[in-house]
Parts: sequence; structure tokens; C-alpha cells
Amino acid sequence: MEKRAYLEEKAKEIRQETLRCIGTLGVGHIGGSLSIADVLAVLYFEKMNIDPKNPGLLSRDRFVLSKGHGGPAVYATLAIKGYFDKSLLLTLNQSNTNLPSHTDKNKTIGVDMTTGSLGQGFSAAVGMVTAAQLDGSLLTVYAIIGDGESQEGQIWESAMFAGSRGLDTLIAFTDYNKLQIDGAVCDINDVAPLDKKWEAFNWHVQVIDGHDVLAISEAIDHAKEVKGKPSMIILNTIKGKGAYFCEGQAGSHNMPVTMDQANEAIARLERK
Amino acid sequence: MKLHDRQLRDIYVDLLIEAAKKHPNLVIVEADLMKAAKTTGFAEVFPERTINVGVAEANMIGVAAGLSNMGKLPFTHTFTPFATRRCFDQVMLSVAYAQLNVKMVGSDPGIMATLNGGTHMSLEDVGIMRTIPTMTIFEPVDGVQLAGMFDQIIEHYGPVYIRLLRQEFPSVFADGTQFTLGKAIKLEEGTDVSIFATGIMVVEALEARKILAEEGISASVVNIHTVKPIDREAIIAEAKKTRAIVTAENHNIINGLGSAVAEVLVEEYPVVMERVGTKDHFGEVGKKDFLMEKFGLKAHNIVDAVHRVLERKG
Repeated sequence: MEKRAYLEEKAKEIRQETLRCIGTLGVGHIGGSLSIADVLAVLYFEKMNIDPKNPGLLSRDRFVLSKGHGGPAVYATLAIKGYFDKSLLLTLNQSNTNLPSHTDKNKTIGVDMTTGSLGQGFSAAVGMVTAAQLDGSLLTVYAIIGDGESQEGQIWESAMFAGSRGLDTLIAFTDYNKLQIDGAVCDINDVAPLDKKWEAFNWHVQVIDGHDVLAISEAIDHAKEVKGKPSMIILNTIKGKGAYFCEGQAGSHNMPVTMDQANEAIARLERK
Repeated sequence: MKLHDRQLRDIYVDLLIEAAKKHPNLVIVEADLMKAAKTTGFAEVFPERTINVGVAEANMIGVAAGLSNMGKLPFTHTFTPFATRRCFDQVMLSVAYAQLNVKMVGSDPGIMATLNGGTHMSLEDVGIMRTIPTMTIFEPVDGVQLAGMFDQIIEHYGPVYIRLLRQEFPSVFADGTQFTLGKAIKLEEGTDVSIFATGIMVVEALEARKILAEEGISASVVNIHTVKPIDREAIIAEAKKTRAIVTAENHNIINGLGSAVAEVLVEEYPVVMERVGTKDHFGEVGKKDFLMEKFGLKAHNIVDAVHRVLERKG
């Protein structure tokens, strides 16, 4: 199968499993999970040096979902990749689950950092890169932050530090879906121009279509060639991408989802 | 290593350097107060293991958590208020909740921020850190205790908050004294009242004991260097023996040592009790002696508390 078709298939599966997972529970962070399905597909099914059979391998690449509420999409990705059985996805947020709303490295095999309080995961990712570079390791740390999350001061504390130290084995993404809980990011506290902000913090910046798997793949390749600067890849995305009932809606941040809605969305994705 | 007649920050840096030689994963993470802690001395020996994030305490804790997540042993440092109240959520989640192993040093506890004044004076930091599950809180009395506990802090996996004096302070313990993290240490035996003290208040408690002895009152003095986890057995044993407890801390009486001791007593063996510490006031600028007097942290304040508690004991 050619690369685009393969990665698009994986992104579709991630969306379908995410929908099933949240639909089974009846409520969840659907919007910000579906908007990152494509970048997760590229990372976990093409780029990252990882082995689900050896999840603790020290030399593996790391991934930090700083916008921890996208947990369901990460769980779907990990299950499809083979870290655990897909049936576990249906335990999202159930009592004693290993799959909490926000990613937790102590609960879920394959999760590299505990996140959920916005801004914090990104600092940890910077610390992880710092540690790897101290050890002379060439492993890459990948991180995804949200656009709403970019309103957190800690994002810019760590951005400044990573830029200042030229941490070039850090490749970060902004899920720029333009929506946050209370509405449009630009109406609440506009983060634009994001590209100029990251450039000013001494980062290498690319702005791409966050739902184009080949564009994501090429941007990562390019980021890996950049020396002396960390990379920010700004993903122009649509919140709730792929779910007809909530696509492009701010209300999709955390919303009730019926099993019928989930099944219909899964079927529509299959027909595409 | 010389442990007397030296500033505690110098002893701390010597201990860090020694530990770093044994533990290749030890790193320090600082927030533009290296000159204040003299950790510049560590940087001279281990420049590559010194990470200064600048004036960004939240990021300091986050970066330290990330370093720990990759197997490093980070020691962070800033002044106590910034180490605790400024980055409480980062300590709570990125470090403790994530089960990472970061040692957090806060310097100039309580009134010891002196001329930096109220903004830099943490009279709540122990209370803040005490609310975090898995947190260990250690406040050394002197260089001997700091040195005696350092290996145990390193061997203990999990977050530790070290409430560190920077200045030189009179030594209380003799060289070679053995300490155990989480175990109180008795300095003086007594039968009428038990004084539990921590940090700079240990010296005041010992002074108070002398004054009380002249009045014919026999006081135990016990140092609780580890406020969390607190030594319940030592507290219960003293309560059973003297049935009158006084606590003394360089901290608000709310949520610090006094509260921690009271929690044990009310559940296990209720006896009369008084707490010496600041009485729910903000800090303010001033020299140490002025602040000790103003906030009621002197030996005579402990004596007064003993009188009150003995009156109630009857």
C-alpha cells in the first residue's frame, strides 16, 4: 500500500476507535482527540522508533501529549499499534480503568508522560530532551500542545528555554483547531500569530495542513534535518474532524456522544 | 567534610558534589538563584549537569520532572515561596502524581528570608507541601543533620522537599549523630512537658528547657526533622509520658508542624497542647532577631506556651 493510503487508513482507524471508545462511555473529549488523529498516525505508524513488544526500551523515541485531554486518541493509537488489546478501549474512565481522561504514564502502557494540567507536559518534554542530550542520545521527543493550551504561561517558559538551548531533538506540534471550551481562540485570547511567536522564541517553524498525512510526514523529515533549533510544526486542524455531529464545533471539547452517533460517524468514515 | 561553623548552603553544595560523584544521574535544576545557594560551586565541577532555566520556577519543576522521567536525579532549588506556592500544581502533578523522583530545595524558610521581606517569606510552605500525597518534608537543624540525612534522601525514591537554611547556624548535633528519615530524634529527656521543635526553633526549645529547669519544670525536647511522614510513635510516646505537648516551628501554626502533631494526638492520644509559630500573619521585612521577637518565636514564647499548657494539664 502506498504511504498516503496506509497512513490515512491508520488515521481513520484511530478516529473510529476513538469514536467507539467515547461513544461507549457516552461522553468525552471528542473534538481535540479527533483533530490529532492524523499526526498520531504519522508518528506511531511511520516516524517513531518504538516497539510495542518492548515498551520500556530506553533508546526509544518519546511522545508527550501535553494537551492531555486528547487521551482517547492516544489510547486508540496505542491499541491499534499493539500495546494492548482494543477491548481495553471500552474501559475509558470506568472505575479502576487504566485509561483515564488524561494520559497517565503510570496507568497506560506506552504513555510516556503524565499530563492533563495544561502547560505542564510541554515542560516535561523539554526536560526529557535535555536528559537525552546529556546522555548523548539521539532519540527524538515529540510533543503535542493545544492552541488553547498556548495561552498558558508555562508553554512560553519552556519554549524560551528550549529555544535558548537549541534543543533540536525536540519536535513539537500545535493542534491549531482554533477552538477552545468557551468559543473561538481568536475571540477569547488570541494566540495568533503563532508562527511568528515561535520564530521569535528561536524555534524552527512550519505551518501545514494538520489533516494531510504526507504533509505531516514531510514536515517531520524536514524538522529532523534542522540543527541547533527545536521544531514547531503548526497543524491547521479542525476540531472534531471526522465526526459529522460535532466537526468544527467548540462544544465538541467535551460532550455527550451517543453510541448511535458514534456508530454513524464510524460508518461514514468507512464509506469515505 | 567540615559540618560546623559554616553556612548550610556551603555544606549543601559539598554534599551535592560528593553525591554527584557517586550518582552519575544527579543533576541540578536552578531558577536564577545559583549565586544565592552557592550552587555555582557545583557548576564549576559539573557544568554539564547544571541546568539553569532562568526566572521560571514552573518550568524548573516541569523540566526536572522530565529529567527524572528519563532516569535523572534532579535537585531543584529556589527560595521557599517560589519552590512551593508558586509552582504547587507543577509539584503536585508533574512530580508527585506522575510518581517522579525530584528533590526540591527551598532556601530561606519562614522568617529567615529576613531582609527580602514578606514577598519572599514562606510561612505556609510546609502546609502546602504536606497536602501532596507521597511528599516527604525534611527541615535540617544544622549541617550535621543535613549531611546525616543526605544519602537517605537520595536513596528514597519519590519527591522530597528540603527546607534549607542558607546561613550559618549554631550546631546542635555532634558529628556522627545518626538520623533516620521519618524518625524524630530526642535531644533532652523530661517528664512534665514535651517540646517538639523543627529547624531554627530547636535552639530556642533547648534554651526554653534551661529556663524551665530553673523553675523546676522538666521538659523533653524532641526534634521532628521530617514533618512528613511524621513520626507518630514518637509523638504518642511523649504524650503518654508527659501528657502535655508544645510544638515550635518557624512557620504558621496552621498546617505546619503544630497541625501535624495535633492531628496525631487527637486521633491517637488526646492531651493538652500549645503551638508556637507565627499566628496566621503575613511575613514582613526585618532582621532575624526582630522577626523572631515580633512573631513570637523566641525561647520565652515557648516558656509561656509551656506555662499555659501545664496550667491546663492541671
